Amino acid sequence: MTLVTVTKLSVAYGANTVLRDVELAVSAGEIVTIVGPNGSGKTSLLRAIIGATPPAKGTVQLKPGLKVGYVPQRLHIDPTLPITVERFMRLTAPADRRACTEALQAVGMPDLLTRQMSQLSGGQFQRVLLARALINEPDILLLDEATQGLDQPGSAAFYRQIEAVREQTGCAVLMISHDLHVVMSASDRVVCLNGHVCCQGTPAVVASAPEYRALFGAGTGGALALYRHDHDHHHHSSSKAAE
Amino acid sequence: MLDDFMTRATLAGIGVAFAAAPLGCFVVWRRMAYFGDATAHAAILGVALSLAFEVSIFPGTLAVALIMAMTVTQLAGRGYAMDTLLGVMAHSALAFGLVAVSFLSGIRLDLMSYLFGDILAVSRTDLLVIWGGAAIVVALITSRWAALLASTLNEDLAYASGFNPKREQLILTMCLAITVAVAIKVVGVLLIAALLIIPAAAARGTARTPEAMAVIAAAIGAVSAVAGLRGAYLFDTPAGPSIVCVAAIIFAVLSLARLGIERSG
Repeated sequence: MTLVTVTKLSVAYGANTVLRDVELAVSAGEIVTIVGPNGSGKTSLLRAIIGATPPAKGTVQLKPGLKVGYVPQRLHIDPTLPITVERFMRLTAPADRRACTEALQAVGMPDLLTRQMSQLSGGQFQRVLLARALINEPDILLLDEATQGLDQPGSAAFYRQIEAVREQTGCAVLMISHDLHVVMSASDRVVCLNGHVCCQGTPAVVASAPEYRALFGAGTGGALALYRHDHDHHHHSSSKAAE
Repeated sequence: MLDDFMTRATLAGIGVAFAAAPLGCFVVWRRMAYFGDATAHAAILGVALSLAFEVSIFPGTLAVALIMAMTVTQLAGRGYAMDTLLGVMAHSALAFGLVAVSFLSGIRLDLMSYLFGDILAVSRTDLLVIWGGAAIVVALITSRWAALLASTLNEDLAYASGFNPKREQLILTMCLAITVAVAIKVVGVLLIAALLIIPAAAARGTARTPEAMAVIAAAIGAVSAVAGLRGAYLFDTPAGPSIVCVAAIIFAVLSLARLGIERSG
C-alpha cells in the first residue's frame, strides 16, 4: 500500500527552481532515506509533502486519512514561552498522560514528563520531538535531519530508536540525512537527490552508483569504503539513473 | 452601578486586560512587540480620519489598524527587515495622523486623550464596545489555541498537523487591530503595547505552561487596572499611565523575586 505518492513534482521559489520532475513513492512500513548535498532540495521535498510549500508543477498525494508524524530539522522554543514536555507532547493531538508516558518510554526517555523543554539537552530534545511525532500512532514518520546537533554515538542511538519504533509500530519512515554511513545501513531504500532524483535503490546500489560518487566524492570515503566492504557482494538490478 | 464613572473605568480596564493578556503572550512569544507598537501608532491616523469623515472612532481606528497590520504582514520578507518596515510604517502613520489632525480646525480635539487614553470618560456604549471587542479576541484565540500555539512553535510542525500558519498569523493580526481599537480609550495609543507586553512578561517567570502564562497575565492585567485606577484616584495622577505603572511594578517585583529564588536555590 502506497502512503505517499509524489508525481512529476517541481518546486520553485520565485524564479529559482529547486526541484524538477521528482518521482517518489513510500509504501507502508518502509524506511526511505533522502540524501543529497546542501541545496539539493531535500527539505523542499519534505515541505512539499507536508503541504508547507505548494508545488509549482506535479502533485503530492497522501493516502486519505494518512496520519503523519513530523520531526522538524530543528525547533527553536523562544525562552519567553514556558512549556513542559507533557504539554509539548499534546501540542497538536489530544493525548492523556499515559499516552505521553508511553511515547516517551518508546524513545527511551521516560522521566522527562514534567521538565521544561528549555532545560533539555540536545539529545533529550530530539527524542522528545520524536516521541511527540509518535503520539498519535502515525502511519508515516517524516524526519528532516533529525539528528542535527547530535554527536556520532548520539545520532547512531537515535537511528536505532527509529528502527526500533518501526519494528514495534510498523510505521513507514521517510527521512532526510547527512549522516550517510549510519543512515544508509538502516534504510530499505535510499534516494539520492540533487534538484532531481539522481539515483535510488538499496543502500548498496546507491553507494556504488556513479551518480552518488560524483555527488559525494571521496570526502566520505572512509565511511563508504567500510560500508562497501560489508555489502559489495550484493548486486541489485533496481539501480536507476534518472539522467 | 454603571452610573459611577470609576466603576465604568474599572470595568473598561479589566475588559482590555482580558483581551490583551492572551494576545500579549503571543506577541511576546513571536517577538512581535514592535508590531503591536506600530499597529497602535497607526491608530492615531484612524482617529483623525474618523473625525474628518464624522464616523465613530472605533470603526475608524479598527480599519486603519487592520490595514496597517495586514500591509506589514504582506510586505514582510520582501527585501526589508521586519523592524525597518515597522519603523517606516509606524512613524509615518503617526506623523500623517498628527498632520491630518491639525487640518481638523473645526473640531475641538483633545489629542492627549487619544495618545494617553481617557478611561475616566468611558461611557456605557464604550463599555459595550470594549467588552464586545475583548470577547471576540478571547473567543478567537481560545478557539484556535492549538493551531496558534503550534504555528508559534514551528510553522512546519503546524503544516504537518493540518494547520495553516499563515491563517493563524492573520488571526493574530486581526486580534491585535481589535485590541488596539478598543484599548485606545483606556490607555491611549502610546501605552497600548505596554498593556500587551508587560503583564505577559511578568507572568513568564511563574508559569510552567503557555495556558498558565496567559491566565496569570490576565490576572496581572486586571489587578493593574484596578490598582492603577485606585492610585490615580488617590494621588490625582493620569489614569492610563497609572495602570501601566502598576503593571511595571508587578513585573519588577516578580522578576526580582525570581532572581532571589534562583540565587538562593
